[in-house]
Amino acid sequence: MQLTGAEIVVRCLQEEGVEHVFGYPGGAVLFLYDELFKQDKVKHILVRHEQGAVHAADGYARSTDKVGVALVTSGPGVTNAVTGIATAYMDSIPLVILTGQVPTHAIGQDAFQECDTVGITRPCVKHNFLVKDVKDIASTIKKAFYIAATGRPGPVVIDIPKDITTHKTEFSYPDKVSMRSYNPVVKGHAGQIRKAIQMLMSAKRPMIYTGGGVILGDASQQLAQLVRMLGFPCTNTLMGLGGYPATDPQFVGMLGMHGTYEANMAMQHCDVLLAIGARFDDRVIGNPRHFFEQPRKIIHVDIDPSSISKRVRVDIPVVGNVREVLQELIKQLQAAREKPDQAALKSWWAQIKEWRSRECLKYDRASTIIKPQFVIEKLYEVTKGDAFVTSDVGQHQMWAAQFYKFNKPRRWINSGGLGTMGVGLPYAMGVQLAHPKSTVACVTGEASIQMCIQELSTCKQYRLPVKIVNLNNKYMGMVRQWQEFFHGNRYAESYMDALPDFVKLAEAYGHVGMRVEKPADVEPALKEAFARKKDLVFLDFVTDQTENVFPMVPGGKGLSEMILV
Amino acid sequence: MRHIISVLLENEAGALSRVSGLFSARGYNIESLTVAPTEDATLSRMTIVTAGSDEVVEQITKQLNKLIDVVKVVDLSDGDHIERELMLVKVRAIGRDREEMKRMADIFRGRIIDVTDKDYTIELTGTGAKLDAFLNAIDRAAILETVRTGASGIGRGDRVLKV
Repeated sequence: MQLTGAEIVVRCLQEEGVEHVFGYPGGAVLFLYDELFKQDKVKHILVRHEQGAVHAADGYARSTDKVGVALVTSGPGVTNAVTGIATAYMDSIPLVILTGQVPTHAIGQDAFQECDTVGITRPCVKHNFLVKDVKDIASTIKKAFYIAATGRPGPVVIDIPKDITTHKTEFSYPDKVSMRSYNPVVKGHAGQIRKAIQMLMSAKRPMIYTGGGVILGDASQQLAQLVRMLGFPCTNTLMGLGGYPATDPQFVGMLGMHGTYEANMAMQHCDVLLAIGARFDDRVIGNPRHFFEQPRKIIHVDIDPSSISKRVRVDIPVVGNVREVLQELIKQLQAAREKPDQAALKSWWAQIKEWRSRECLKYDRASTIIKPQFVIEKLYEVTKGDAFVTSDVGQHQMWAAQFYKFNKPRRWINSGGLGTMGVGLPYAMGVQLAHPKSTVACVTGEASIQMCIQELSTCKQYRLPVKIVNLNNKYMGMVRQWQEFFHGNRYAESYMDALPDFVKLAEAYGHVGMRVEKPADVEPALKEAFARKKDLVFLDFVTDQTENVFPMVPGGKGLSEMILV
Repeated sequence: MRHIISVLLENEAGALSRVSGLFSARGYNIESLTVAPTEDATLSRMTIVTAGSDEVVEQITKQLNKLIDVVKVVDLSDGDHIERELMLVKVRAIGRDREEMKRMADIFRGRIIDVTDKDYTIELTGTGAKLDAFLNAIDRAAILETVRTGASGIGRGDRVLKV
């Protein structure tokens, strides 16, 4: 039977098992929406801005191991989606974004709502397609899902001109993809893994440093097994939190610009470093020249060869799927005769313990003004450490990363690479839809939340009982902190004047709003909010305006050159 | 250091811009870039001449390999290879220069492919250095126009780049 292009798109989504599509209609996608309307397998979530659609699909993907799907119209629909696409690209999140395009005969004519979607998105996608023939739709969608989810994952854009959605052809969904130009590596090289084990066994001051790759590769179980077998300290990057249980004694906390003293010192002073699914980025190792000053051997496991020896020279590269490589590593380790040097390890742990005693995350608990760290600690207690926590970008993000102890992967959802303010609320929507019975908290600030505040309306429409924890210090906190440290206290444009009354705002959208001004009220307010299982509650915490995030490795400085509290 | 990189890629719309976009986005040099379909019409072959430290060139080949449309990448400078570039030069050819230009073209094994009573168009192939040498050898003032293709490269002997 012949189907239209629009029918084929919807059938393909069904075949891929897509349950939710986040989108916003418009002229170029009307036929697609018409087909979505006629079926009920794929549920469409209507956002209030295309940026929110892509972020929500992104949050959905981060909290599951599925590919997130968004659907937007041509022109402004696409340009609004670009921030979401770039955010997902930087953090290697598998997405398929379907974009409408003007009819093929109008392409290049500066038609109404036309933009060069493939051109605009090219630098921020893993791959993109322009479909020029209805016969190519099914195979293109199949390829897109395959490319998005395999290898180093990433967003894939499929641009579909309006006339193509009306053309007809026979439909059959391919069950396999074969591409001569794309064959991602899965298994790590056994010889390299053998060499890695020898190096690990020779270590006197070993360190295991893991990133988002462990989360995306669903390898946290293997990581935990490996770390415990070896008895080595383990740190996670911002993107890797939850990859190793944060309450485990072998966990030394997050590392990097706002990492713990012990994690950064151990990273700087280790003699053998095992890096897994992490990319030595500038926010993680600080100044690479300073990092090199300490000699150390590096083993780097990553699925993307271009991440290896990019910023830091690596001694033993292992290219492969993190889970497969860790499984092989564990297998070889179990069979190995050598064991780690226990005496050296003991004195290394003694050193780490000394660094730990510095208590780098302490803050004034007796404060009469609400300390943001205190709110996160209470959030952790009230949710019993078992919530999905999304965040925006800034100080609140760092405090959430430092003070919420993530024991499970895919629970901490934030924009690490691109650092996109505004992701928190749409992320929370995506997460809540993927996990309808779970507790979802969005830790945000009064600046970030306003960047996608319109999505409160989406939350109402789909009854998403997200809990918004707004750390309101009336400043773009991280900007203010840098201005205080590096720009002579000149707070240029970082003060958030004319803030809305967030309680009334939440109420205006049909939600519950609460304002919390005293430390003693923090815990009761959180308890009350999280007890309201069916309501979205907007908790507006009035927090200390002068609080800064510590430790801090200033830009251009080395990991051990932290500013401490 | 100068490197000459050969790339086999899917002959699809936009493939070229993915490569050129990659170079500009990551700040890599392109000295020259040539591309045309191969004997297999579904594949294009590209030759990129670039310059950079070993680390940068390693990243360039890795990043090229990462592009979904790229099938194979080889750094020809890793081994013996041949490179050739085509140049067309339009020169003034009047009076005494007319005979001189003919002689110079012969010496450099060039061919005169278009003639008027005032000028010659000379076709010349060789390495970039040879083409430069020709331009240096003739009277600069006589050069009316030049166009060069950029280098194409191929491995020597049984070094073959194929799918």
